[in-house]
Amino acid sequence: MADKKKTMGSGVTAIFRKQIFIPIAALLLLAVFNLIMDPSFFEISFGYNSAGHPVLTGNLMTILDYGSEVAILAIGMTLVTAASGGQDISVGAVVAIAGSVILRVLVGLGGDGTLQAPIIVGFLAACGAAMLCGAFNGVLVAVFKIQPMVATLILYTAGRSIAAWINNNELPSVTDETFTYFGGFIPGIPVPTPFFIAVVCIVIALLVLKFTNLGLYTQAVGINAESSRLNGLNPTFIKWLTFVILGLCVAVVGLIKTSRLSTINYSVIAKDIEMDAILAVALGGNVLSGGKFNIMASILGAYVIQFLTTTLYKFQVSSDALPAYKAVVVIVLVVISAPAVKEKIAAWGKKVKAQKGDA
Amino acid sequence: MKKKVLAAILAAAMAMACLAGCSSSSEEASSDAAETEEAAETEEAAEDAEAAGEETAETAPAADGELIRVGIINNDPNESGYRTANDADMKAMFTEENGYDASFAYSLKNDEQITAAQKFIQDEVDFLLLSAADTSGWDSVLQDAQNAGIGVILFDRTIDASEDLYLASIVSDMEQEGQTAVDWLESQGLEEYNIIHIQGVMGSAAQQGRTGALDAKVAESDNWNLVTQQTAEWNSEKAQQIVQSVIDAGTEFNVIYAENDDMAKGAVAALDKANISHGVGKDVIIMGFDCNKWALQELLDQNWNYDGQCNPFQASYIDEVIKKVVNGEEITEKTIILEEKGFDATTITAEDVEKYGI
Repeated sequence: MADKKKTMGSGVTAIFRKQIFIPIAALLLLAVFNLIMDPSFFEISFGYNSAGHPVLTGNLMTILDYGSEVAILAIGMTLVTAASGGQDISVGAVVAIAGSVILRVLVGLGGDGTLQAPIIVGFLAACGAAMLCGAFNGVLVAVFKIQPMVATLILYTAGRSIAAWINNNELPSVTDETFTYFGGFIPGIPVPTPFFIAVVCIVIALLVLKFTNLGLYTQAVGINAESSRLNGLNPTFIKWLTFVILGLCVAVVGLIKTSRLSTINYSVIAKDIEMDAILAVALGGNVLSGGKFNIMASILGAYVIQFLTTTLYKFQVSSDALPAYKAVVVIVLVVISAPAVKEKIAAWGKKVKAQKGDA
Repeated sequence: MKKKVLAAILAAAMAMACLAGCSSSSEEASSDAAETEEAAETEEAAEDAEAAGEETAETAPAADGELIRVGIINNDPNESGYRTANDADMKAMFTEENGYDASFAYSLKNDEQITAAQKFIQDEVDFLLLSAADTSGWDSVLQDAQNAGIGVILFDRTIDASEDLYLASIVSDMEQEGQTAVDWLESQGLEEYNIIHIQGVMGSAAQQGRTGALDAKVAESDNWNLVTQQTAEWNSEKAQQIVQSVIDAGTEFNVIYAENDDMAKGAVAALDKANISHGVGKDVIIMGFDCNKWALQELLDQNWNYDGQCNPFQASYIDEVIKKVVNGEEITEKTIILEEKGFDATTITAEDVEKYGI
């Protein structure tokens, strides 16, 4: 009996030590809070949208829908954070560029909204543009050794103007119905498409990490670039590569965002989304100064953020107060993960154990 | 040399003739209008007069051989469709053909705009046209402009400075825009108004004006309720999420009052997802502002109900003020309020979409 207790106790601490514990705990906390305050939060209803397609609606669906955008970005942002020890803050601006490229290819200048090219061509062009932006950031960070936040500040400032320039300052909109599938619903499937897109991205990312050395190399470079170089890795290339991968993630989000309303507004689309992506990485318990990482934890973190946002909307919190709540989350996280606090908790844990042993 | 003088005199004579023609034709037109009592005709007459005015402008520079130099400080044209239209209007008016030598400076930041203003003052422009990013901090630079004999004309936005420092201020009356919209909504005669109110960036003049009228009406009427009042910061995605959250909560509503077109569009996307009908004769009334072309098209298609205008076409008003100053006339009104309409989906026409869409 005593033995069993012991193993259970060590099992609990093992979970507690696991990185993924933080986002799971946050998710449970939010879920319990909603359950107590208003269980109807979890209701999902089945209906039809105005185009006559079946859809599931409810707060949980909204979380899956909007959380997926940040989840996709979190994949790339985690890699960038792990390899370079810094974050890319130009994500929102590059989403605007990618969206603008999609519209330019699909509608063209002064077009009437009918498709001038297959959607896949527009998407591939956006991938090219966003990866080019990622490569630009990557070169600044990896080759010229500029602080990632400073390097990406360039596109953060200029990106939205570039996006406006690509479409000659016009705001074209796509009238073709198939284009709305990516940010809405595919006819006959009642779950929002962004969720499926996120699942595909996650599966690809996990497969790549499993069957290539990308994960290991990224960690090695993040922990100590110099020693990984001495061990035959090319830290410059790996850092650069993570930024290009993030660019690809950004292009996918650009497609979803553009598809939601069939058009975009360059100055406000995906505003501050980079902060959500960075917060997702932090919520996932990843060290923001680089090194070890856990992609699944980041992705879970992304959905937690959307859970928080949706909860706050549900309780009619003023939307300009949202950043303040997110700030509280960040503060709590940073404090918990600070070495001084970690030591205290560990010491306290030992003390409790010792007392139990005495008893 | 003689030929040049002759040409100048001829040109001047032509200009005079034109002016005379213009005044008589507009008199005729206005008396016509008085007879038929149709506002539309006076508008046409005004346009005629404008057109004639442009003609004189074309010949005037030939007469005195010099372009009027203007420095134009505006906000970034990428900011919104409104700003793009405003900038395009300015660029179309202040051309060499119209007798102007214009330089442009764009910024959304007050300090950068002030630097641009100082540069224009050093360049000795004749007029400084200003759409200020922020209301404060302009006193000293406008004083400099006055000392240098440069006329300052404010457009689109007012500033906190003494009225003596500028010639005229051409602005929209945001309170009036809000009032027009609320009056229209009242005229719909619903039994109960359950309104989702989506606001712009808090503290901006447009937000304050458009919110003020609605807030006042809700406070004084029992059957007007705000289901939710949230800022989406002019952002369509945020508006979509806000409306989505109301739908998810299962709250009843029958009006969406969005303070610009983008946010109305986001709100409509959320409604479409939940199969809630909207537009003329449907469950939910959709109201937007700014009169983007695509938004007016939605009105024409009966998907939306109302769109309030925020007039970006200020160049002709400015041109008028400058012409008056150059001709030595007195400017009677410091603050010129732009004429603005509200469009109803049941009465809008395809011509309106073309003419007023931005």
